[in-house]
Amino acid sequence: MKRTLFICSIVLVLCVGAAASQEENSPFIAIQNVAIIPVVGEDIPEGTILIKDGLIAGIGRDIPIPQGAKLYDAKGLRAYPGMIDSSCYLGLYEIGSLRATIDNRETGNINPQVRAAEALRPDSMHIPISRSNGITTALIVPSGGLVAGQSGLIKLAGWTPDEMVIQKTFAMHIELPGMGRSRRRRTTEARQPASKRITDLKELFHKARIYQKEKKAAQKDLRLALPEFDEKLEFMLPVIDGDLPVVISVHSEQDILDAIDFVKAEKVKTIFSGVSEGWKVSDKIKEAGIPVIIGSLYAMPPKWEDGYDSLYRNPAILQKAGVLFAFSSQSASLAKDLPYHAAKAAAFGLDKREALKGVTIYPAQIFGIDDKVGSLEKGKLANIVLADGDILELRTVIKHVFIDGKETSLSSVYTELLDRYKNRNN
Amino acid sequence: MASSQKYYLLIILGIICLLFTNPVLAQDLLIKNGTILTVTKGTLQNGDILVRSGIIKKIGQNIQAPESVKIVDATGKYVIPGLIDSHSHIGLSGTNESAETISSEVKMRDVLNAEDTSIYTALTGGVTMTHTMHGSGNPIGGENVVIKTKWGKASEEMLVYEAYRTLKFALGENPKQSNRQGQTTTLRYPQTRMGVNAIIRSEFLKAQNYMEQWDRYEKAVKSKKGSNTLIPPRKDLKMEALADMLRGDMYARCHTYRADETLEFIKLSKEFGFKIICFEHAWEAYKIAKEIATENIGISIFADNWAYKVEATEGIAYNAGYCTKQGVIVSINSDSGERIRRLFNDAAKAMKYGGLTEDEALKLVTINPAIQLGVDQIVGSLEKGKHADIAIFNEHPMSAYTRCDMTIIEGEIYFDRAKYLKDQEETAKKKKEKAKEKPKKKGGTQ
Repeated sequence: MKRTLFICSIVLVLCVGAAASQEENSPFIAIQNVAIIPVVGEDIPEGTILIKDGLIAGIGRDIPIPQGAKLYDAKGLRAYPGMIDSSCYLGLYEIGSLRATIDNRETGNINPQVRAAEALRPDSMHIPISRSNGITTALIVPSGGLVAGQSGLIKLAGWTPDEMVIQKTFAMHIELPGMGRSRRRRTTEARQPASKRITDLKELFHKARIYQKEKKAAQKDLRLALPEFDEKLEFMLPVIDGDLPVVISVHSEQDILDAIDFVKAEKVKTIFSGVSEGWKVSDKIKEAGIPVIIGSLYAMPPKWEDGYDSLYRNPAILQKAGVLFAFSSQSASLAKDLPYHAAKAAAFGLDKREALKGVTIYPAQIFGIDDKVGSLEKGKLANIVLADGDILELRTVIKHVFIDGKETSLSSVYTELLDRYKNRNN
Repeated sequence: MASSQKYYLLIILGIICLLFTNPVLAQDLLIKNGTILTVTKGTLQNGDILVRSGIIKKIGQNIQAPESVKIVDATGKYVIPGLIDSHSHIGLSGTNESAETISSEVKMRDVLNAEDTSIYTALTGGVTMTHTMHGSGNPIGGENVVIKTKWGKASEEMLVYEAYRTLKFALGENPKQSNRQGQTTTLRYPQTRMGVNAIIRSEFLKAQNYMEQWDRYEKAVKSKKGSNTLIPPRKDLKMEALADMLRGDMYARCHTYRADETLEFIKLSKEFGFKIICFEHAWEAYKIAKEIATENIGISIFADNWAYKVEATEGIAYNAGYCTKQGVIVSINSDSGERIRRLFNDAAKAMKYGGLTEDEALKLVTINPAIQLGVDQIVGSLEKGKHADIAIFNEHPMSAYTRCDMTIIEGEIYFDRAKYLKDQEETAKKKKEKAKEKPKKKGGTQ
């Protein structure tokens, strides 16, 4: 009797196991009955998203669901593309007061050789918090000095830096002064006026060109001496070649104009960052064709006479002028707040859909990855967020996050500590 | 004689007339047709609020007012109580008295700075009142003060006399100075949590001794009538403040992060019998919500600003919502001249983290801080008889898309976005005209 029961149970386990594995074997995931906000194209009040091999295999009202597909009934939920933080310190910055945990700011003035992605810590406690708020992609940036270093594009999933990194080097980051905004540990160099820093920058570019010329000449002619190796200039070469774009942090009206002149003369592909006075020269920025990464809106306007809301209405004015823009948190511990920067701009004149685009498709366009992310379209990476409401709303709870078609955990330090102490207090 | 009597009669008649005709004052207002979120008495659609002499006279529908009363059209907008920030340092010309470790004698009301632009910034975010505090550099800081954000008025006019008297205490990293990098001066005592606790205990022991000296002196004076040979004890302002605490005339507001130090401070308060009205930051309150709720102590906390130092690395965004559900009176504070203008955004986060309703979340920045400051009888909700401290938002204040359009204190409009926009436009126009007038300088080659 016991024996047959034992055999029966084994058979049962095997059967269930087989059924489960069959389901697991299906390469398809289907999210059904979901309101789809693809960002590009029309919203779909209720439809299906089919995922296969990490990509969106189908999206629309009537998508046939292959047998064995893993099903998600998302009734009452909305599907959004994962959001993109266009400038943050995720994985580089843990605890503000603890230097041991701060890796986003190198010492010195010219640091083109440093790469943010090489300091990326996948286990940062801030990453799961951002991810569980619907952020799936980020540009992690170095800061400090005149040339801060190289930024990298990452996805917010993976066990090792390599698994997370989409593009190890996205751009060279240059910082003009931050308009007297208080920044801790600001280097002495950073206090120099912008004009001086642009002069320094011109000099650096000039040196790099000479260095390159000498190098090329020496390569052609063995009798010529190679220039003495210069680590800084070496890493500036892709910039002057136009292979590597620059992201220039710039704020005041005059600095923006000077920076436009500079990049025109140097013929480098440029993105501006910060740009708190962009609204004063929005037409000039548009004319120069330079996209803008808007800095954190959790700040005071740099000038009292510009009015209390100058930072808040800045994005709307840039958008109206036709400037391609994206929002950023410029944070690690509050990178999760990215959507609220966009919503704040919407409260001060930016169209709500444009605000959403500023955290999805627009940054994807700026980073040149809009063929893969930034919207829900067939063939793109399945970076999908299922939310119980408007993704830019403070109250909205994120229910599922898929990155490259894989559902990611929504637990974080927040939830782990809460769960632990719920047990105590109950 | 008869004529002077007539004169008096006329005056009295005049006063009676004035009383009955109820002349319209600057602090009279009729807010029309808004969605009124009273906070304590539910929501009223298409509601009006009549304000007379800075006080809410009536809340209802289709309220009639004397013709000349100023009318604010709130159609399509949300009318809420002015927001209250339970913990900030705005409007001050000093925050920490860092030359000493115990500075209970200093008073923030002595250094009010009515010209601090943060007061205006607060108004643009619907904030009408704030508890502006001594910093957290010392285990025992100074006496805090409650002000209304009456931008443009003298500091004396901003004071809220009805509020509790509170003294700032601080535990953990700040008083033990653990985040001072590259400090070259000699370290001061205390450098540990042991020391912080011990120094506070010592000060209260001193205060007990001080009170006893005075008691003995006063008794002696009474018993030996006419004796003028007795020398009174020396007045000590540090001790006076602590004596006020021990007499129950002033309450503790204690900056604390870790659960353990928070519990230790509760024990200290019991050892000496002083009252803690509220914990500041209390990032680990969720770990000891039971104890805090039982002791009936409030917490005044961030929504999610965390990880800026070690003791803030277990501060979770669920703190506000979770503690609220455990019965703690929670307020969301700014502790900043910038964050103060988006307190409503921070409050709304407790809906996502902690599942509070819109109404519950709104309480975190209205009636709850009012309770913590001891002013819930006069502000913190929209009720008849309370001060007309009112904010008007274009969308629901707990929405991320909302914006403050008007801020009113005691019936006076202190911030009006429509007027602000007009002013900005005019200034821009003038600037343009000026630029045109200026003849272009020639020959200025470099």
